[in-house]
Amino acid sequence: MSETLFKLEGSAAPPIANGEIIFDAPWQSRVFGMAQALCQSGHYHWDEFRAYLIEDIRHWEQQHSVESLDYPYFDLFLESLTRLLNDKSILAQSDIQARSQAFSDRPHGHDHGQDDSHDHDDRHSH
Amino acid sequence: MTDDTSPQSIRTEAIESLLIEKALLSANAVDAVITTYTERVGPMNGAKLVARAWTDPDFKARLLVDATAVVEEYQFEGGQVEKLVVKECDPFQHHVVVCTLCSCYPWAVLGLPPSWYKDPAYRSRIVAEPRKVLSEMGLSLSESTHINVWDSSAEIRYLVLPQRPKGTETLSESQLAKLVTRDAMIGVAQVNLP
Repeated sequence: MSETLFKLEGSAAPPIANGEIIFDAPWQSRVFGMAQALCQSGHYHWDEFRAYLIEDIRHWEQQHSVESLDYPYFDLFLESLTRLLNDKSILAQSDIQARSQAFSDRPHGHDHGQDDSHDHDDRHSH
Repeated sequence: MTDDTSPQSIRTEAIESLLIEKALLSANAVDAVITTYTERVGPMNGAKLVARAWTDPDFKARLLVDATAVVEEYQFEGGQVEKLVVKECDPFQHHVVVCTLCSCYPWAVLGLPPSWYKDPAYRSRIVAEPRKVLSEMGLSLSESTHINVWDSSAEIRYLVLPQRPKGTETLSESQLAKLVTRDAMIGVAQVNLP
């Protein structure tokens, strides 16, 4: 298993505050890991993914104030990965939508018996 | 698993499950990337600092006085660390780091934080009952060892300088660095010989 890690710099760099990359939710590290793992196994070149990400970021910036504090980097990252998978015929967007719909129709708390009261929304200003 | 029912979380899970079904991806490969970030890339920077501090008394003195300046000299990736403070463990004093408000963490020297670091249970219990929590995590400290809990913030990040294990006198700095784990630099483990 290759341990090559791919860098995102310049406008495609992930949010870093005070020296740390910011993951606000587990899915963000998951999508980050998936994008890298698919590249490691040769499904696309990192530059292809980076180009999609840069395009999505540029598009977002054209529609919003760049000074916005809630820059949704990982939302865009997920969007870029979805588009790339579709365009490369790896996963059809319609399949992703259907599976997402099936997952969101699940009863809440279906797969664990933990306390559901805790707050996972750790968003905060660093 | 998590209770996160945001559309992004669901879509991420959907993509991962489809890719796994098509045998294009394994959950292990995703875990491996995350682990590489969390346990190798980042913590190696901190481990280098610890190993050098163990072998170079002048360096250790500088690190304990002004770790921020020392880290700047190293020019680690991951952006700037505003203020880094290093706390040295000895047989009488143990140090452990938490961020009670959120999950502030010295990313430049330790990489991505482990998932438990963000866990509300760790964040509250390590302050209230550090000896018990450390023992549950596999670190049993003598009653005579005082435990200091350091609360990270956006302004100050802490790095624990663990005790050098006995029997490592002949090891080189790079051999020593390999012994230093992320958990030891958070203060929830000691450095042991393999």
